[in-house]
Amino acid sequence: MPYDYQPYPYAPPPGLLAPEPRHDVIVVGAGPVGLAMALELANHGVSSVILDANNVVSVGSRAICWSKRSLEIFDRLGIGDKAAEKGVTWQVGRTFHRKAEVWSFDLMPEPGHKRPAFVNLQQYYVEEYLIARARARVDRVDLRFRNQVTGLRQARDHVVVSVETPDGAYELEARYVIACDGARSSLRDMLGLDFAGELFEERFLIADIEMLGDMPDERHFWFEPPFHPGQSALMHKQPDHIYRIDLQLGWDADPEQEKRPEIVIPRIERVVGHRNFRLDWVSVYSFQCRRLERFVHDRVLFVGDSAHIVSPFGARGGNGGLQDVDALGWRLAAALDGRAPAKAMLAAYDRERTFAADENIRNAARTTRFMSPRPGAERLFRDSVLALAEQAPFARALINGGRLSVPCIYPSDGPDDDRMPGVSRPGAVAPDAPLPGGGWLIDRLSGRPVLLDIGGAAPADPPEGVERLRLDPTPELAARYLGACDKAAYLIRPDQVVAARWAAPSAAAIGAARDALWVGGS
Amino acid sequence: MSLIRDPNMDDPDGIYADLLAAHAGLDADASAALNARLVLILANHLGRRETIAAALALARDTDCHG
Repeated sequence: MPYDYQPYPYAPPPGLLAPEPRHDVIVVGAGPVGLAMALELANHGVSSVILDANNVVSVGSRAICWSKRSLEIFDRLGIGDKAAEKGVTWQVGRTFHRKAEVWSFDLMPEPGHKRPAFVNLQQYYVEEYLIARARARVDRVDLRFRNQVTGLRQARDHVVVSVETPDGAYELEARYVIACDGARSSLRDMLGLDFAGELFEERFLIADIEMLGDMPDERHFWFEPPFHPGQSALMHKQPDHIYRIDLQLGWDADPEQEKRPEIVIPRIERVVGHRNFRLDWVSVYSFQCRRLERFVHDRVLFVGDSAHIVSPFGARGGNGGLQDVDALGWRLAAALDGRAPAKAMLAAYDRERTFAADENIRNAARTTRFMSPRPGAERLFRDSVLALAEQAPFARALINGGRLSVPCIYPSDGPDDDRMPGVSRPGAVAPDAPLPGGGWLIDRLSGRPVLLDIGGAAPADPPEGVERLRLDPTPELAARYLGACDKAAYLIRPDQVVAARWAAPSAAAIGAARDALWVGGS
Repeated sequence: MSLIRDPNMDDPDGIYADLLAAHAGLDADASAALNARLVLILANHLGRRETIAAALALARDTDCHG
């Protein structure tokens, strides 16, 4: 069944009649990132207005692969269970060259995590679930459809945006504007910002088809498959019997021509081996990897695709955007209520997420280069890797059909103890683990600084503003948090990133690490 | 020393990217010359004729166009 697009109601905004009081935050764009941003801010007690030019969810499945980290963030926003139940859970990827499987990876080799490595779910469902949550949080989220931002000017202590609605134009003021308006961000243009990077001279056909298939719940990638000679192909399974197929077309392909059903259907038929499918959505795109030099421009903050875009093989676009939300929400909330200096908190957001964007761009660009090598040495090395792969296992590790999104580990100068495991070092997202009494560690760590004390490492009374979570060691906690130590205390940030860890901290040491969080430190 | 065929690079994607970057902007002759120098340098680093012979055999066995 095709997705049933229901338009959301438009209501004339109060600003059409009389100037509205200044808002704390305006979020521009009600895609997954904008909606998540507003809900994350709501969790931190901040009210926002979301302005969206449109009134329906994403047309076409678009972002489909949601990472473990995104699911953990969805849990906080109230849609984790729905997304996990509806989505297709997967963790294994297989790469084929011609007819032979040459490489496979398992993104979740160990049990004991609440959320799987990946869930495939069409972007329209994610938006539908987030909109339902936003509409249940009218206390904090004012979601305005068919409100298009047409202008913006920054003042010393606020921003004014001009908004166009079906009933006319109005102006709206806020202390901060968050640009979540996507890859073709109009706010970026309004500020005249350079979006520097690289265009890859390659085109891909992306098609969703509905069929009754027997593909396992895995990601399959082909180099030079018999059904699409000389090019690469990718297939993903989605809910509702929808399959995503990506086919490399070459730079010379004519995008308009390639979208025509009489061209697309025979191509797909060669992939799936029959004609018993329905074409659900088709698009032709080229890849770009670009980012803004800075994500913070005075009181306008860029989050998600408006700040950085990557080629899609690695699922680093949507997932990277949600991690931006994660890094910004608690900091902006603290800046707004005066708990922390705005400049330092926003600089910390910029520092961490430009670092992450570089990592995502680096990985996505390498994959794209491997798939679409330039003539000459690039082509020779690529073809040589594929040719060696059958006989030489080392070459299989070089085959790059996508390095999938994992949260980056931020550079951190937080207190560390190298006897403890690398997975939980300062700057990393705190690894999940099952709790002895049931439930999951990750669900106990969000929203405020937590002192995770495993085995009684910290003084009984933690400093003010830090909540203590005292646990006895379990095999999972020992493996992920203790390493060679028999007890450990971890200071976890509100976004579940490890800030510091010690085997036996003093109250003063914990207090100092806590204070560093609120001045933009790591 | 027998030839290592299993993954042995500490950062395979990074090393691969470095190789491509070294060739960026070179024409075919300059590229081939760079590869020749690189092979000689790596052969010296390996230092064992037997190992290099095994590597040569693997490379010759592998036909890119097959």
